[in-house]
Amino acid sequence: MNVIWLFFLLGGIGIAASHGDIQKVTDGALKGAEMAVEVALGLIGAMSLWLGIMRIAQEAGLIRVVARLARPFMERLFPSIPANHPALGHILMNLSANVLGLGSAATPFGMKAMQAMQELNRNRPEASAAMCTFLAMNTSCITIVPATIISVRVAANSANPTEIVVPTILATTVGMSVALTADWLLRTYFQRRRG
Amino acid sequence: MSIFNTLSQWTVPMLFAVILIAGALKRVKVYDAFVAGAEEGFTIAVKLIPYLVAMLVAIGIFRETGAMDMVMNAISPLTDFLGIPGEILPLAVMRPLSGSGALGVATELIQTHGPDSFLGRLASVMQGTTDTTFFVLTIYFGAVGVRQYRYSLFTGLLADVTSFLASVYFCRLFFG
Repeated sequence: MNVIWLFFLLGGIGIAASHGDIQKVTDGALKGAEMAVEVALGLIGAMSLWLGIMRIAQEAGLIRVVARLARPFMERLFPSIPANHPALGHILMNLSANVLGLGSAATPFGMKAMQAMQELNRNRPEASAAMCTFLAMNTSCITIVPATIISVRVAANSANPTEIVVPTILATTVGMSVALTADWLLRTYFQRRRG
Repeated sequence: MSIFNTLSQWTVPMLFAVILIAGALKRVKVYDAFVAGAEEGFTIAVKLIPYLVAMLVAIGIFRETGAMDMVMNAISPLTDFLGIPGEILPLAVMRPLSGSGALGVATELIQTHGPDSFLGRLASVMQGTTDTTFFVLTIYFGAVGVRQYRYSLFTGLLADVTSFLASVYFCRLFFG
C-alpha cells in the first residue's frame, strides 16, 4: 500500500511539475481531503441506522441463526472462521445486501463482518486470509439490479433501460470467479510458505 | 422489472419488521439496543476519516494533475490492439479509483453517444460490474485499523480488469 500511495502522490507531483501547472497538486489534494470528510460524514446516518437495527438482531440471537444457515457454503470460502461464529452471519448479510442492491445497508453489515474477523485476527494491523477473501467478493460484487445506472439510462431516454442487466450479471460473475480463484491460489501459497 | 421493484421496496421494511418482532419475542430492550448500536455507527464513520483523507488526497492529486491521463495513454495501444473502443478507456481507469468519478464518466458517455448505442450500453454494463476497489478497501480495512492489505489490492484490481474485458465480450455478444 505504501508503494502505491507514494506512486499516486509523487507521480502526480512530478507530472504537474513537468506540465508547469503545479497549482493542480494543491487543488487536487484539498479537493480530495474535503471529499473524504464529506463521504465519512455522509455515512453516519445509514451506518447508525443499520448498526442500531443489527444490534437488536444480534441481541435477539438472529445473527447466530443466519451464521448457521450460511455455514454450508461459507465453510469452503472461509475455512479459517470457526463454525457458527457471528462473522459468518455478518458476511452473509453483507453479501445479500450487495446482491439486492441495498448499498446503504451493505457497508454497515460489511463493517460488522470486518470487526468480527479482526477479533479473530487478534487485532493485528495485517489483513487476515478471511478478510482478503471477503474483500475479493466485495470489490467484484454481484448485483442483480444495477439500479443507479438503470436510472441514468431512463433519464437519457433509452428504449430499453434494463437490457444491460443480463450482460452485467454475466460479466460480474466472470470477474468474481477470477477474483475468488486468485484469492484461493494466493491464500494457499502464503499458507504453505508460512508453514 | 415490476417484480424487482416490488421486491426491493419490500426488503427493507420486512427486514426491520422481522428483526423488531424477533427482538420483542426475545424480550430484548429494543430501544436501548438500537441506540447502543447506532452509537457504534458514528464511531466507525469518524474513525474512517484519516484513512479516507489519505486515499482521496492521493487519488485527487493523481487525477487532477493529469497523471491518470498518462496512464490511459500508456494502456491505449493495448486496448486498440484488442479492438476495444478508445472512448471507454477513461471509464475503465476511473472505475477502481473513484465511484462518483466513474459514474460521471459513464453518464457522459451514455448522454453523448446515446443509451442504446454500443458505447452507451458498454458503459452501462461496465459501471455495474465492479465496485470501486480502492474505496472499498480503504473503508473496510480502515474501519478495523488494518494497514497492510497483503494481496487483496491485487485480487481487487485483477477482478476489475477481468470484469472490464468480460463486459466488452458480453456486450459484443449481446449487442453486436
